[in-house]
Amino acid sequence: MSLTSDDVKRVAKLARLGLTQAETNETLTQLNSILGLVDQMQQTNTDGVAPLAHPLELTQTLRADQVTETNHREKYQSVAPQAEAGLYLVPRVVE
Amino acid sequence: MSQITDLTLAQLKQALDDGDLSSVEITTAFLDRIDSLNPELNAFITITHEDARKAAADADAARAKGKASAFAGLPIAHKDLFCTDGTRTTCGSKMLADFVAPYDAHVVSRCQQAGLISLGKLNMDEFAMGSSNENSFFGVVRNPWDPSRVPGGSSGGSAAAVAARMTPLATATDTGGSIRQPAALTGTSGLKPTYGRVSRFGMIAFASSLDQGGLIAHTAEDIALGLGLIAGHDPRDSTSADQAVPDYTATLGDSLKGKVIGLPTQFFDERLDPAMRQSMNDVLDVFRSLGATTVEVSLDHIAEAIPAYYVIAPAEASSNLSRFDGVRFGYRAEHPKDLTDLYERSRGEGFGSEVKRRILIGTYALSEGYYDAYYKKAQQIRRLIKQDFERALNQCDLLFGPTTPSTAFVIGEKTADPIAMYLEDIYTVATNMAGLPGGSFQAPLIDGLPSGYQLTGPAFGEGAILNAAHQIQTATDWHTLRPESL
Amino acid sequence: MYEAVIGLEVHVQLSTVSKIFSGSSTAFGAEPNTQASLVDLGMPGVLPVPNARAFEMAVKFGLAIDAEIGKESVFDRKNYFYPDLPKGYQISQFEKPIVGPGRVTITLDDGTIKTINVTRAHLEEDAGKSVHDAFDGMTGVDLNRAGTPLLEIVSEPELRSAKEAVAYLKVIHSIIRYLDISDGNMAQGSMRCDCNVSIRPQGSEVLGTRTEIKNVNSFRFVEKAINTEIHRQIEILEDGGRVIQETRLYDPDKDETRSMRSKEEANDYRYFPDPDLLPVMIDDSFIEACRNTLPELPEARQARYIKDYGITDYDAGVLVADRDVADYFAEVADTSGEGKLAANWVMGSVLAELNQTGSVITEFPVSAKQLADLISRIKDNTLNSKTAKTVFEALLAGEGEVNAIIEAKGLVQMTDTGAIEAIVDEVIQENPDQVANYRSAPSDKQGKMLGFFVGQVMKKSQGKANPQAVNQILHSKLGS
Repeated sequence: MSLTSDDVKRVAKLARLGLTQAETNETLTQLNSILGLVDQMQQTNTDGVAPLAHPLELTQTLRADQVTETNHREKYQSVAPQAEAGLYLVPRVVE
Repeated sequence: MSQITDLTLAQLKQALDDGDLSSVEITTAFLDRIDSLNPELNAFITITHEDARKAAADADAARAKGKASAFAGLPIAHKDLFCTDGTRTTCGSKMLADFVAPYDAHVVSRCQQAGLISLGKLNMDEFAMGSSNENSFFGVVRNPWDPSRVPGGSSGGSAAAVAARMTPLATATDTGGSIRQPAALTGTSGLKPTYGRVSRFGMIAFASSLDQGGLIAHTAEDIALGLGLIAGHDPRDSTSADQAVPDYTATLGDSLKGKVIGLPTQFFDERLDPAMRQSMNDVLDVFRSLGATTVEVSLDHIAEAIPAYYVIAPAEASSNLSRFDGVRFGYRAEHPKDLTDLYERSRGEGFGSEVKRRILIGTYALSEGYYDAYYKKAQQIRRLIKQDFERALNQCDLLFGPTTPSTAFVIGEKTADPIAMYLEDIYTVATNMAGLPGGSFQAPLIDGLPSGYQLTGPAFGEGAILNAAHQIQTATDWHTLRPESL
Repeated sequence: MYEAVIGLEVHVQLSTVSKIFSGSSTAFGAEPNTQASLVDLGMPGVLPVPNARAFEMAVKFGLAIDAEIGKESVFDRKNYFYPDLPKGYQISQFEKPIVGPGRVTITLDDGTIKTINVTRAHLEEDAGKSVHDAFDGMTGVDLNRAGTPLLEIVSEPELRSAKEAVAYLKVIHSIIRYLDISDGNMAQGSMRCDCNVSIRPQGSEVLGTRTEIKNVNSFRFVEKAINTEIHRQIEILEDGGRVIQETRLYDPDKDETRSMRSKEEANDYRYFPDPDLLPVMIDDSFIEACRNTLPELPEARQARYIKDYGITDYDAGVLVADRDVADYFAEVADTSGEGKLAANWVMGSVLAELNQTGSVITEFPVSAKQLADLISRIKDNTLNSKTAKTVFEALLAGEGEVNAIIEAKGLVQMTDTGAIEAIVDEVIQENPDQVANYRSAPSDKQGKMLGFFVGQVMKKSQGKANPQAVNQILHSKLGS
């Protein structure tokens, strides 16, 4: 499974990673060698084997429906790059 | 005469309890040592001088009134991916270079409640991705044994800080070997607990189903002391196991007579470096002299652990790191021309190359048409690996093997080829895939550099691992060796 | 020539007090980002913990539509970037939803009953809100809503017209209101509808290309949006073009749909099971506990109303469709003791007024008690149908309580036969020609002619005379 430069661009777009052309080229070589490593998996027979998502195979405990959080907007927004009137600001989105 | 900073956590605790040392003396000694060594070793990203000194004074005052908690006034340092309220938490990344966390991680709160004093935040590979601590935005960490060499990663700062005696105890995390490998390369003891043993709340996520918080110290005894503080159920972490925490110190002294040590054939094949084999055999001799026996076992699918890991970990990471978008916290590119530009440049400029590589691989592995061949296949292999371990651990009490292929490599030696770096994890990743506990402990030096042996136990078998390591440490002095220059 | 194929995805905001994955309040109307906790903000290092009540509500919905309940329910991550999605992924359910296939029945205008299959319903978290015109060239993001639990209900594409779609939507609305798992308020956004619309030649089994009209927020707009979209697609095909698969928005001012720019890119959501959450196991005892707390559902209530209040099948059906209307009706009927009258008034005057103003019964100016009082006054002959209407109008205008209005307007019905006789005598005296015509007319025509005299008497009595007494007295005085 070999990637092309277009594949890298497409995936970078999905991941919203801005890559320069140089980075795209360098990454391409490295990604292909990683995929070469990963393709070794195909040699293993996994017919009928259920995927293991959680190592311990426990089940979820549900939480009671109660309000336990209070307002900490000032503290939480103190780390915001741009906020005004309590809102987080981003470049205008057109729908 | 040994210096304060040569003492283990247990010895410092004894000294405080006996009144031989004060918390201010201890804290000052470590802070001074940090100031002296850190400029070269670069183990610490943030040193919290003021807070530490104040906490030390408070601890002494409490102790004078007889109101000190058991661990009050003892020092610790935290890997910089544990959120610390009011203190910079960077994950070794430009993305969080100025991020002051608005809350404490569970592990951090537990330590604080116990009275431990944080000396600062420790350097690491960016977002825990790496095996050498060469991927940090804040610069490489140097191995105290030989500053031209790496300390291992991603918890390179944690391991180097303990090895250089800048702190007796450090928190760390392990996703594919990031506690055990640096411990082995720096001549320290490190433990990755069972998945779910330690809460991940506040532990900035790399690969959620593999990450586990743990400890690095000089001795198994110190780890036993610390683990009792940080282990336990946390309802804020859905993957946190609701399992009672035993007193890990109570079983340290148990005899190893009759214990069976399993030796996976795959760990001892022709690929094992002869010097490393010798070092491992030296450790096994001690085990046998203590009454343990060995048996050969097989971990059939161990070779597939690396490729499967390098699908699962990047896939989960690619999703976990999507929240770093320049909107609510972290690095934001200047003058974004539109939303897409904001995202692409904040992330493109904020993340280092290894992180970007893994995000790309992970995104690709999850993308339409590739999910079955990559992510699903890797999770199937994961089940096979877990079954291998269960089978093997039915035949023995603990699994034994080398932690790393060789001793610490030179800075820059493996950075050209990511695969070379990934193969560093060959002995360690499978343990994370199976969610089992694993520790690395000091073995004999090889050409003057540390080596480590690895013990893997059944789920929640931390006590057995620490007991075995402690017995070795009682019978040998490898854990007391330190770098000549320091 | 063409057949429309419609499927609806309805997003219902569940009325839990806290969010689905955090303990933040879900209360409406708070200042921006004051109900956004660390978990809601997607801060580094935080983790989700699911809300038990969200599961209870989802299971109840599943039981109400006769659906399979997912015994092992898994949360998956749906990955995409948008400012109102803090983590860069939405926690949703993909392969193993909490509710499996079920069904509802809808009644069409002509009375036919149709079964519509529901494919599934799953739990997911809501996103935040964007405020687009807040600041120069910037969009403001409020994450109060981020993390509110949603139940996404997906229908099979078995609806064949906009009217069927609205009928289906109303049934879903009715069920969630009866179960009290949501406010179901489309205007406020606690129930949202995405419409998937395609067309194909009549008789074809192949599905045409569909478009998705997102976030239509009223029953009326759902009907209009679907109709304009069907029309648009037919026009495209008849011009020889092809329908493009895309997401569209309905513009109520222009009564048309338009393409949504921001969603144009192909969406690869890269679903995978969320590693921070474990599978949720729903056992039989949980399901039974939910079943035991199910309220009386519309069908059962309908049967009971027919029995208890002696009303018709049709009337009961109309009254139970909306839970709030049913509750209102029941209170009026119980308080006044007059089931049939209550039914007539609610179905007639009340619903007519609501339809005209586009309002909801919970905001209706006439309370159930007031309407019951009105009905009691009709029953005891204080009011007749005409004066009752006058009182009703006054109640609508907020002029006070029933008895006070009757007194203020002097509307007490005239039942005193002496008084009525006096007026009848006057009318007979003033209209000699009509009287003569009446007396000489054949009896089958007299009924209609009597109406003139009744009208005159009612006019002279300002509508207060008791109509039965008037009739009786006129008959006897006019004779034949």
